[in-house]
Amino acid sequence: MAYSEKLLDYFQNPRCVGEIPDADAVAEVSNPVCGDVMKLWVKVSDGRIQDAKFKAQGCSAAIATSSYATEMLVGMNVTEARLITKDQIAKALGGLPASKIHCSVLASDAIKQVLQGF
Amino acid sequence: MRRVYLDSNATTPLRPEVVAAMMPVFTEHFGNASSIHWFGQHAKSLIDDARQHLAKLINAETAEIVFLSGGTEADNLAIRGIAESQKSAGRHIITSQIEHHAVLHTCKDLEKQGYEITWLPVSHDGLVNPADVRKAIRKDTILISIMHANNEIGTIQPIDEIGKIAAEADVYFHSDGVQSTGKIPVNVKSLGIDLYSMSAHKIHGPKGVGALFVKKGTALKPTMTGGGHERNRRSGTENVAGIVGFGEAARRAREGLMQDMPRVGQLRDRLEAGLQSHIELIHVNGGNAPRLPNTSNIMVDYAEGEGLVISLDLKGVAVSTGSACSSGSLEPSHVLTAIGKTPDEAHGSLRFSLSTMTALEDIDYVIEVLPGIVDRLRELSPYYKKV
Ligand SMILES: Cc1ncc(COP(=O)(O)O)c(C=O)c1O
Ligand code: FES
Repeated sequence: MAYSEKLLDYFQNPRCVGEIPDADAVAEVSNPVCGDVMKLWVKVSDGRIQDAKFKAQGCSAAIATSSYATEMLVGMNVTEARLITKDQIAKALGGLPASKIHCSVLASDAIKQVLQGF
Repeated sequence: MRRVYLDSNATTPLRPEVVAAMMPVFTEHFGNASSIHWFGQHAKSLIDDARQHLAKLINAETAEIVFLSGGTEADNLAIRGIAESQKSAGRHIITSQIEHHAVLHTCKDLEKQGYEITWLPVSHDGLVNPADVRKAIRKDTILISIMHANNEIGTIQPIDEIGKIAAEADVYFHSDGVQSTGKIPVNVKSLGIDLYSMSAHKIHGPKGVGALFVKKGTALKPTMTGGGHERNRRSGTENVAGIVGFGEAARRAREGLMQDMPRVGQLRDRLEAGLQSHIELIHVNGGNAPRLPNTSNIMVDYAEGEGLVISLDLKGVAVSTGSACSSGSLEPSHVLTAIGKTPDEAHGSLRFSLSTMTALEDIDYVIEVLPGIVDRLRELSPYYKKV
């Protein structure tokens, strides 16, 4: 298997799945290469992300990186969260095979987009 | 954990009988088939036997079978060999949009060298229309290359009609038979074929050995030059063990065409019926066309193929999203795109390919585990609404 145990765990048992009906912001991004999508909901107060949830239709790497990134967001302040990079997410999950690097872009793009208004 | 292998269009395990036939060749019958001493002549007679099994499988003459390194080389030799030998007569080649990469990339390469290629479309069922072939033929057409059965969706092309059209127009006709050989009856004489590609590892033979049927009298410029092996069609000391394994695999496949393959077809139908009754919103790609009995390509709405493959793998089931060679790529399958699927739909497709070694329990296990996997992935999808 080209994926790490940790990545497979996040794929099989994704954290922070769902929607936030009274979210302060929602972002939906899609990967232009493969068409995979991620939708991200956040609740923000006092410059801090109180809650975050995601849904995704995509490959295992997309689901795992989306889940991991969403989990990272919870409790972070907005300025800090904006600095999250795709490499950081991929590295935390034990790295991605070369052909899958682009999958983590979904999560980093969604974070940037959802935090735009704060 | 139960391990179920349903990726036989990628490759198959060797039959024990094939291994048994090959083993003595490595140690005892190791001679160079070109040598005139006993060792060489014995190796040569083993190759001759294998050639007979191949010839019988597709109703060819033994002198028309050229052994080489696999399906890819067979496609290359057929297409490049005709392109080179016929270039003074013309530089136009007709092929389809759903060919294997061995044909696709070879034709693309010839395109760069100044040949003109007509890429015929296929219907939504995955079939080339013979009338399109007829219309595409020009004065300078030198070759028609249309595969027999597609590796991703299993659709069987009307190559008998295309063969007739080619013969009437006096144009060489090549067909990539890598997936059809040994799975459905093939008669190169009645099909009007000049060149037919085959590969051992798709029918429980070894990897790295294949054959090209070259109809007697076909002008073909060799791509591999050297000692003039294989009647000057393909130089290089023969892979005797591989060829012997291919011969045995072909013999067994021919014996099994009448009993084993209908059983495989029933298992495939059971798989499709079982999945369709347990999972909503799934579709069989190419399901309305004549298909190989062992292949099923299923499109799952609101789920992505790679995620399905990984989830199945974690349950011990090996399948693929499309062809094995492109599974590392993000581009949607060119075959599914050609049958009218959007990139999104193509990304949600799974290929199951069975073999004579597939058991009923294997199929039932997949029907048991896949619904839960699809449910789980759909629950993650922002678009899926339970109906
Ligand atoms: C239709 C088709 N043609 C050609 C090939 C290439 O054959 P080989 O793997 O023996 O080179 C394959 C399989 O990989 C195939 O499915
Ligand atoms: S393949 Fe599309 S995000 Fe991974």
